[in-house]
Amino acid sequence: MFRRTVAVALTAVAAFSLAACGSEDTPAAGPSSSSSSSSTPALSGTINVFAAASLTGTFTQLGKDFEAAHPGVKVVFNFAGSSALAQQINQGAPADVFASAAPKNLDQVTDKGTATTFVKNKLEIAVPKGNPGKITGLKDFADKDKKIAICAVQVPCGAAAKKVFDATKIVAQPDSLEQDVKAALTKVRLGEVDAALVYKTDVLAAKDKVEGIEFPEADKAVNDYPIATLTKAKNPDGAKAFVDYVLSAQGKTVLTEAGFDAP
Amino acid sequence: MSSRGRRRIGGRLPLILLLPALLGLAFLLVPLIGLLAQAPWSTLPSRLFSADVGQALKLSLLCASAATLLCLFLGVPLAWLLARAELPGRGLIRALVTVPLVLPPVVGGVALLLVLGRRGLVGEHLDLWFGFSLPFTTAGVIVAEAFVAMPFLVISVEGALRAADPRYEEAAATLGAGRWLTFRRVTLPSIAPGIVAGAVLCWARALGEFGATITFAGNLPGRTTTMPLAVYLALETDPDVAVVLSVVLLAVSVVVLACLRERWISGLR
Repeated sequence: MFRRTVAVALTAVAAFSLAACGSEDTPAAGPSSSSSSSSTPALSGTINVFAAASLTGTFTQLGKDFEAAHPGVKVVFNFAGSSALAQQINQGAPADVFASAAPKNLDQVTDKGTATTFVKNKLEIAVPKGNPGKITGLKDFADKDKKIAICAVQVPCGAAAKKVFDATKIVAQPDSLEQDVKAALTKVRLGEVDAALVYKTDVLAAKDKVEGIEFPEADKAVNDYPIATLTKAKNPDGAKAFVDYVLSAQGKTVLTEAGFDAP
Repeated sequence: MSSRGRRRIGGRLPLILLLPALLGLAFLLVPLIGLLAQAPWSTLPSRLFSADVGQALKLSLLCASAATLLCLFLGVPLAWLLARAELPGRGLIRALVTVPLVLPPVVGGVALLLVLGRRGLVGEHLDLWFGFSLPFTTAGVIVAEAFVAMPFLVISVEGALRAADPRYEEAAATLGAGRWLTFRRVTLPSIAPGIVAGAVLCWARALGEFGATITFAGNLPGRTTTMPLAVYLALETDPDVAVVLSVVLLAVSVVVLACLRERWISGLR
């Protein structure tokens, strides 16, 4: 009985280590390493990318493309609010790359490497399909009779909204201060509010469910998204290659198609 | 319980259970102690008496109490129905009643929006006929809290009803009391401790409600921002404030549970 258990355990260990070796060997031995990036050394292992929740769609796509270009490399994402991610990184979470929705959150990370602004995001008015509240512009946010949701000032989209209202001297009359931009968008999708201030990318992502109204004052509060390879990265080569990929022309195409503006 | 009986049971407790029991106790208590240890005690009073905190606490207490009243009004009859009426599929109904206990509160909030929201199945008509909609109102907070907290009351009251001796009710009936009189004068007093225990649990659950509230009622200071919502948003910018708010909420919960538990829940045995 005991002997059999040991045998099974040994087989399992052997199989596991073979598999592990296999996956590590592939990029070096595989023919693809010469085709894709001849200048960079062959990449291997896992790249842990911590990215703002608003990047979920685009970065998932970029990760897939990147993995296809570098067989054997695995890109693992952790999507959450930027401030939560910054806290996790400072508590020692294994991150190689951090893409934040605001420079402030990247500054909070103690071991940040060099950061580059890779996209910008603007606010847009989201209204339910058909615009039942007859919203025409930002001034409707001061109308007490209209149901309005904006983000709480503590979260980035709320801070951006405050900047816009301060700049335009509009006193908003919100019915709810939502805890994140997706919650604000949900209230629009369900038709519970006549309008909400969300990012342009969110309106585009929910394209069939909501309509977007652009307003000129949005230029007053543009959100910069910085990306950085972290100095404590376990996979610095992979981290650098992924950041380069995000900054490349291909990366830019994916991001701008989703509604982000070039920096 | 006599002291002799207690000693005998204590003596028969397998010691092997003691270690996991103490670990379990530590697991539940250490985070709470950690919260107290981290609290910025020196600045606590000034933060506590800031207008925002007072407003959120007042609203929390008000809404939890109103939700408990609503649960009493609807939940006691429901418990009576589950305990006494001959219903087809009673097991299923009882299971459904307890669903909000295990349902993620956010899901509860979404469900409420889809039914009672401005575009919801029922809410649409409320809006059309009366120009009234629940989301983003204090009434919405109360509804969300009651939805999540009512199973606690129903379970407690149903248990008490099952434990109560039906012969007193039968005796009252033979003496000529109607059903309603019997319920008021015989049944209700006999299950009073169960009702109070259920109401306390219900109130405490309502006080801590977060997911369904923020999803269904939104977040607006003075109208729908209860303490748990204030804690969540404070965590984004000033964790110290979040700790202060958490300590207040913890203190209120412990005081209420401790007082009422001693007085009522232990009396159930």
